[in-house]
Amino acid sequence: MERKNPVFTAFIYACAILLAAVILAPLVWLFVMSISPAADLAAKPLRWWPQSADFSRYAQLLSTTENSAGAAFTASLRNSLEVAGMATLAAILLAVPAGWAVSRTPSVGWSLSMVIATYMLPPVALSVPLYMGLSYLGLLNNVFGLALIYLTILAPFTTWLMKSGFDAIPREIEAAAMIDGAGLFQTWRILSLPLAAPVVATSALFAVLLAWDEFFYALLFTSDQRAKTLTVAIADLAGGRVSDYGLIATAGVLAALPPVLIGLVMQRALISGLTSGGVKG
Amino acid sequence: MSGTWMTTRAWLLMLPLLVVMVAVIGWPLVDTVGLSFTDAKLVGTAGNFVGIDNYTKMLTSSNFTRTLTTTTWFAVVSVAAEMVIGVLAALLLNQEFRGRSVLRGLMILPWALPTVVNATLWRLIYNPEYGALNAALTQLHVIDAYRSWLGEPGTALAALIVADCWKNFPLVALIALAALQAVPRDITAAALVDGAGPFARFRFVILPYLAGPLMVALVLRTIEAFKVFDIIWVMTRGGPANSTRSLSILVYQEAFSFQRAGSGASLALIVTLLVTVLAVAYAALVKKTAGSAA
Repeated sequence: MERKNPVFTAFIYACAILLAAVILAPLVWLFVMSISPAADLAAKPLRWWPQSADFSRYAQLLSTTENSAGAAFTASLRNSLEVAGMATLAAILLAVPAGWAVSRTPSVGWSLSMVIATYMLPPVALSVPLYMGLSYLGLLNNVFGLALIYLTILAPFTTWLMKSGFDAIPREIEAAAMIDGAGLFQTWRILSLPLAAPVVATSALFAVLLAWDEFFYALLFTSDQRAKTLTVAIADLAGGRVSDYGLIATAGVLAALPPVLIGLVMQRALISGLTSGGVKG
Repeated sequence: MSGTWMTTRAWLLMLPLLVVMVAVIGWPLVDTVGLSFTDAKLVGTAGNFVGIDNYTKMLTSSNFTRTLTTTTWFAVVSVAAEMVIGVLAALLLNQEFRGRSVLRGLMILPWALPTVVNATLWRLIYNPEYGALNAALTQLHVIDAYRSWLGEPGTALAALIVADCWKNFPLVALIALAALQAVPRDITAAALVDGAGPFARFRFVILPYLAGPLMVALVLRTIEAFKVFDIIWVMTRGGPANSTRSLSILVYQEAFSFQRAGSGASLALIVTLLVTVLAVAYAALVKKTAGSAA
């Protein structure tokens, strides 16, 4: 392939180190801030590496003592988990039959195209009626209400992924089962769903990531610990009068851990999902 | 099985999805259109019909034109930078060197980092008193005194763009890398034998393979950038002096801060229309690119 020119090789390694530094430096700094004593972070010149690692902020945020910073944080963590879990489950339950239907009956595909085209809509275009509707139903500041709204983002995406997943399963297999007398739901149970299980898992992970990341609707539709999600809690911390920047960084690390771990573990599946044309919304 | 039954069954299976989509997207959109012709407030009265007043008021306000300019700047500069840096990173990651697979793995990190955490992280880095950027630049003697990067209208938008690029260029890189790996080796080898230099090889051999996937990435990133809210809200709330206010933030302020649901709705629809026009124009472009690359 390429000539093994030493200058070229050195150039490649220099670029690789630069790229790694660009990616890692902000992330490492976030972690260093979270374990540096407050005095180190306020020092001038800034102390880049703490003299002693201080993990007390993690304990502080994860404690559930009433009226502490920890209580607000753990409540938002629980809300994020609940909302992401419920919205993902609902999105998958809607997406599996719909994705299968579009995959096997292309004549109804235009309806899915319409659903996917809603991706272009800025959330602000829906936010006022959604706010009024949730208020009317008494679902403002409520995890169920927020999970329902998250379907606007999650359901089109999961359906589209499921449709591509079912496209990859030959319909002849299903036809053979049906000729042998299996009904539709039996065919799904013994054939289609086990075969599509990896796609269901990938779709669910994408949905969890999208829900975990969501901020705009959560900012609008939640107001206190009963429903505020992590993203809103962190924005509150960042914009509030917290004097210890390390605490903000710690909250960031904790909120980033689940999606980053999912990203690293599921790298291959996520990248193939991304590069097949789908991109996180 | 008859075709009619197949179609009916397909509709029945899609019904739950379609019902939910109509409830959470279809109805709100139609309602937004209705609201946009009224002077409704967010809470209380339904408002009176005012015709196209909201639209004319919004389109002629200096707030709107200024915000449109800011948003366009943000979208054009950040997406262009993401595409260029992303492709360069992909070309690098397509070379053979030790540690390549680790570096590829790292690329997923900024993408996986929640947008709000990314915004918070950069807000801390840009902090005027204790931020890492000020500390680093002072210790390297690039600047004499600490600066308020997010607090000065001259630097705030650029600082936001850097933060946005850092999070999003790895995605472009991963998409471009997947496309690069689809380039058949014998074609690049043949071009090399024929004496094509590195730029000629990139332009005539590699770029046609990249064009399709990159166009898709360009479309999606541009739409995202035009709708931008989260990163700006967390880092600057549109300030200082509204110098980083995006269209989505303007709608938020109009509809929720000032509780003017009617004019907020009209503004939201103007934004929707802009994004739709962009997307349709792009879609045509994608079709053309895909056609010529095939």
